[in-house]
Amino acid sequence: MHIPDGFLSTATIATTFAVSAGGVACAVGVANKKLEDKRIPLLGVTAAFIFAAQMLNFPVAGGTSGHLLGSTLAAILLGPWMAVLIMACVLMVQCLLFQDGGLLALGANVLNMGVIASFVGYYLYQGISSLMGRDRRGMMVGAFVGAWSGVFLAASACAAELWVSGTSPFSVVFPAMAGWHALIGIGEGLITVTVLSLVLAARRDLLQPQKV
Amino acid sequence: MRLKVKWWHVALLLSVLVALLSPLASGSPDGLEKVAEDKGFIKQAKNPPFELIADYVFPGVENEAAATILAGIVGTLLIFGLTYGVARLLRAKRSRDQERSPVRESRPPLSSG
Repeated sequence: MHIPDGFLSTATIATTFAVSAGGVACAVGVANKKLEDKRIPLLGVTAAFIFAAQMLNFPVAGGTSGHLLGSTLAAILLGPWMAVLIMACVLMVQCLLFQDGGLLALGANVLNMGVIASFVGYYLYQGISSLMGRDRRGMMVGAFVGAWSGVFLAASACAAELWVSGTSPFSVVFPAMAGWHALIGIGEGLITVTVLSLVLAARRDLLQPQKV
Repeated sequence: MRLKVKWWHVALLLSVLVALLSPLASGSPDGLEKVAEDKGFIKQAKNPPFELIADYVFPGVENEAAATILAGIVGTLLIFGLTYGVARLLRAKRSRDQERSPVRESRPPLSSG
């Protein structure tokens, strides 16, 4: 879902950069205040895993592929602000070093895949898992729904940006983006649940409940 | 000196192993690319102003699978180093701020005259 340069209008580029910069600044502030020493390796490893997993496009129907975003996974492990920080670092390296996602579109990509996907995924995970009693099943259902919704809303935001940029009419781009990413979101949900089960089996203590 | 293996060394190794699988990735367009192709705005995409490891293929390596794996390993380790380093720097800054703050608080208030 990395937007290349050429798809967004100047106004969209400026607006999304401003919002993303604000989000990243808040994330840096939260890290500066609250990030514990013992969680720093987890932060680095989560970012590294997300980068590696994003390279593994999985096929969905009709000659299309999708890949993990990882925002919900990062938010479950480290909280939504640290997920924003991780996603911003990953997207920046992908843009600067690997030419994946445009330089001018970086703000929109951080907004969609970093800020929106992390917060949507995190709050749905928290809401659903606490409604279901914070047991293993509740966590897994919450992680799946959070991850799916994070992808779906990131794709919807992307469609909205393409629409307001005049690249494609809303009635064309929105159903297409939403449809494909409803499928890709299933992959996101399955990978998120799998990795979360592995973390629970190996190091349950890494998943201590924590405040945002 | 004995090197103590910590859980995150294993987790980082697993991430690098995931990067080794990258040549198996589907080459089909992703969701956004597919929509851009179907709806006819893919031609608006501009080429990047510079290319380093474009398309996750390490330049100068003839075998494409090897070039992709190399790009994956470089990226994975670089991302780990970057995020770990940023987090450490922020943590160090907090320690400095905390050392400084008691001095600041004990300073007498400025006279308003």
